[in-house]
Amino acid sequence: MTGRAARIGIPIAVGVLFLAGWQALVVGNDIKPYLLPKPSAIWEQVVHNREDILTTARVTGTNALVGLLAGAILGILVALVAARFRVVDSMLVPLAAAVNAMPIIALAPIFNTMFSTTSSVPRRLVVALVVFFPLFINALRGLRQVAPIHRELMDSYAAGGWTFARTVRIPGALPFVFTGLRLGAALAVIAAVVAEYFGGLQNGLGTRITSAASNTAYPRAWAYVAAACALGLLFYLVATALERIAMPWHKPR
Amino acid sequence: MTGVGAEPAVAALVEDAGPPPAAHRERRTRSALTRAGWFVASVVLVCALWEAYKAIGSPDGWSVFGVRVLPRADDASMPHVWQVLQRFGRPESAAEDSSSVAVAVLDAAWFTFRVAMAGLLLGGAVGFGLGMLMDRFAIAERGLLPYVVLSQTVPLIALAPLVVGWGGRLHIGALIWRPWMSVSVIAAYLAFFPIAVGALRGLRSPSPHSLELMRSFSASWWQSFRRLKLPASVPYLIPALRLAAASAVVGAIVAEISTGIRGGIGRLVIEYSREATSDPAKVWTAFLGAALLGLLVAGLVALVDLALVRYRPSGAHR
Amino acid sequence: MSAALPSPRAGDGPVSEAVQLAGVGKTFRGRTDVTALADIDLAIEAGEFVTFIGPSGCGKSTLLRLIADLIEPTAGTVTVNGKSARQARLDQDYGIAFQQAGLMEWRTVARNVELPLELRGWDRARRRTRARELLELVGLPDFVDSWPIELSGGMQQRVAIARALATGPKLLLMDEPFGALDEMTRERLQAELTRIARESGATVVFVTHSIPEAVYLSDRVVVLSARPGRVTEIVPVPLGDRTDDTREAPEFYAKVTEVREALRGRTGRATVPAAEER
Repeated sequence: MTGRAARIGIPIAVGVLFLAGWQALVVGNDIKPYLLPKPSAIWEQVVHNREDILTTARVTGTNALVGLLAGAILGILVALVAARFRVVDSMLVPLAAAVNAMPIIALAPIFNTMFSTTSSVPRRLVVALVVFFPLFINALRGLRQVAPIHRELMDSYAAGGWTFARTVRIPGALPFVFTGLRLGAALAVIAAVVAEYFGGLQNGLGTRITSAASNTAYPRAWAYVAAACALGLLFYLVATALERIAMPWHKPR
Repeated sequence: MTGVGAEPAVAALVEDAGPPPAAHRERRTRSALTRAGWFVASVVLVCALWEAYKAIGSPDGWSVFGVRVLPRADDASMPHVWQVLQRFGRPESAAEDSSSVAVAVLDAAWFTFRVAMAGLLLGGAVGFGLGMLMDRFAIAERGLLPYVVLSQTVPLIALAPLVVGWGGRLHIGALIWRPWMSVSVIAAYLAFFPIAVGALRGLRSPSPHSLELMRSFSASWWQSFRRLKLPASVPYLIPALRLAAASAVVGAIVAEISTGIRGGIGRLVIEYSREATSDPAKVWTAFLGAALLGLLVAGLVALVDLALVRYRPSGAHR
Repeated sequence: MSAALPSPRAGDGPVSEAVQLAGVGKTFRGRTDVTALADIDLAIEAGEFVTFIGPSGCGKSTLLRLIADLIEPTAGTVTVNGKSARQARLDQDYGIAFQQAGLMEWRTVARNVELPLELRGWDRARRRTRARELLELVGLPDFVDSWPIELSGGMQQRVAIARALATGPKLLLMDEPFGALDEMTRERLQAELTRIARESGATVVFVTHSIPEAVYLSDRVVVLSARPGRVTEIVPVPLGDRTDDTREAPEFYAKVTEVREALRGRTGRATVPAAEER
């Protein structure tokens, strides 16, 4: 009856209803495109621009991926150091919490000056920074979570230091790292798209969106937005798939 | 209570009574002070590293295969820390009546703060309502939750130019749509997701035993909500609020940039960055202003956390 | 099946006492000082099955952890296998099981059992064989490659016991390992444990708060008083090899009564048979 079928069926049904309602609303009330374009018009634009969509998506996606990998690896490494040396921990955690409250994306134009306006490095750096903090915080939390009974068990084996980290701390931290990774994956795409707003190379999804909007070609703008959305979803799903592969014992929450 | 029954494996577990309240408060203020101290130390360290890089780095940066991977170390790209601090005091522009940068930045930050808070309120209300709905009706959860998650992959900021187009042309009853409302809507969009998820998890958090207990008291859904679920959700809502508030600020700033509306700190960042080559320190002042705004908002959430401390389970640290 | 267990090692030198506690005391320092144990003098012989029992807070788990060198005594000395407790731990002379199974969820059942062997540097094939043997011993041969999350509480506890036996230790320390299980599973595991202990000749130090469990399992029951824990009485339990009928024998009930009286503080052997206990 319910179960698997319902879990996939109901959201799809809701989505279809939503799109149908949207179409009916626009057509019925004759809403102008600058307020809300029709789903059908958006789809037309998607089909019409599909090659360019793929090209720009690849560029934005690459920026997001490079930034995601850099930020994630750095976040995990620093978390390992912070778990080992309390000094690093005490300094970095408040700093990370503070930076997380700041709009990192506002650094994009500054980075353009610091590096070069014709390079992808500023955007990738912004993505890396945005991804670094959730991954660092989550990885650190995971590394610090050691069940007392595992501690006692390893004490009884007279096993400490690196052995303890290798057999208990790090594997136990994996669920937390993957939670951070899923979050980082979604954030990476958004940051990559938004970072394109601040000038520099005009080769990504974000730039297409702004240019379409400034030319009042709203259905086209929404088409690129839909593409950005799909890219974000792709990243999130890949991260979830990686989680399932790496942790076959973990029941998804 | 637990002290007598538990066989202590570690000395710290053997406590017969809890710590007296005064000592507890003293310990917490001390730990808050140490944390603040470490934060200051880390800021000083960052400034030191900045200056150190400037001292040893090349003015052209460092390139690998033609791609510059380390930034330019000259004063035009990376102003000295004290230069940035000085810049706050001096006038904003060469105009006669121009106020100091500090005033300009603070004014802009205040504008963005109000817009972001409006967005946070809206997003928080919607998010919490959604959370309640999904908790009450399983079908709502199944149908809506995937889209709630999906919504965050949409860079609504990308739609910002479109949303601002509503300004002046959209009427909801007697209310004319003003441009700043677009910014608030975008901020609300970013803020509602953490709150919806946090509310759902928080409302779901009471154990089945507690729920059964309420049922045995013949409590209505509303009573159960007010007396059990709502207080139980506080430890989940506070981190969600933290994230939502930060997202609202970021959303407001970026929305300001992409909608081009004046008065906020996002606009300032863009304006100043256009003058980056002639006035490198100024753009950093704008960023620091934005950073300060983020910290202020985080501080406010910490105050809310403090106000609601009695709903936090005992023994929960941080 | 006994090939999986270490044979009692007769020629290991004149160590007839597996564990010796001399004037042992433990005080936890904190905002207030708590004396968990005081003046414990006890000698446990090799191959014996000894149980610590007492009211909550009497320090029985603390005492076990002193033997395991997971905490240090503030008074007296703990000698294990003729060495200091610390040396015994470093030499890995004992296996330990706790109230929670404490299996690592990211390792399969077999790899959980292999953990102490990995740390000892055994090669993969040898570890695998041993793990299989032990899992068969505790009755879980089909779950070698399962994840702990797929097992019930009782099964997880059996894996934990298999893990404790992995290195074939002469000394087994167990802190209420059956505490979280239902009565029927408990009785079944108790029977298996006595069998394993008997066949391997290992010394077992067991902690429980269940009187029937203590009497069923042990050669001697050490009764501790409330905090600060002292040895109230040591009750010998000469009931011979345990069978399914042991729990229903009159001698069993008599011993249960004796232990209960000791716990209540009425020292001196109770000679009143169970029937008149009412």
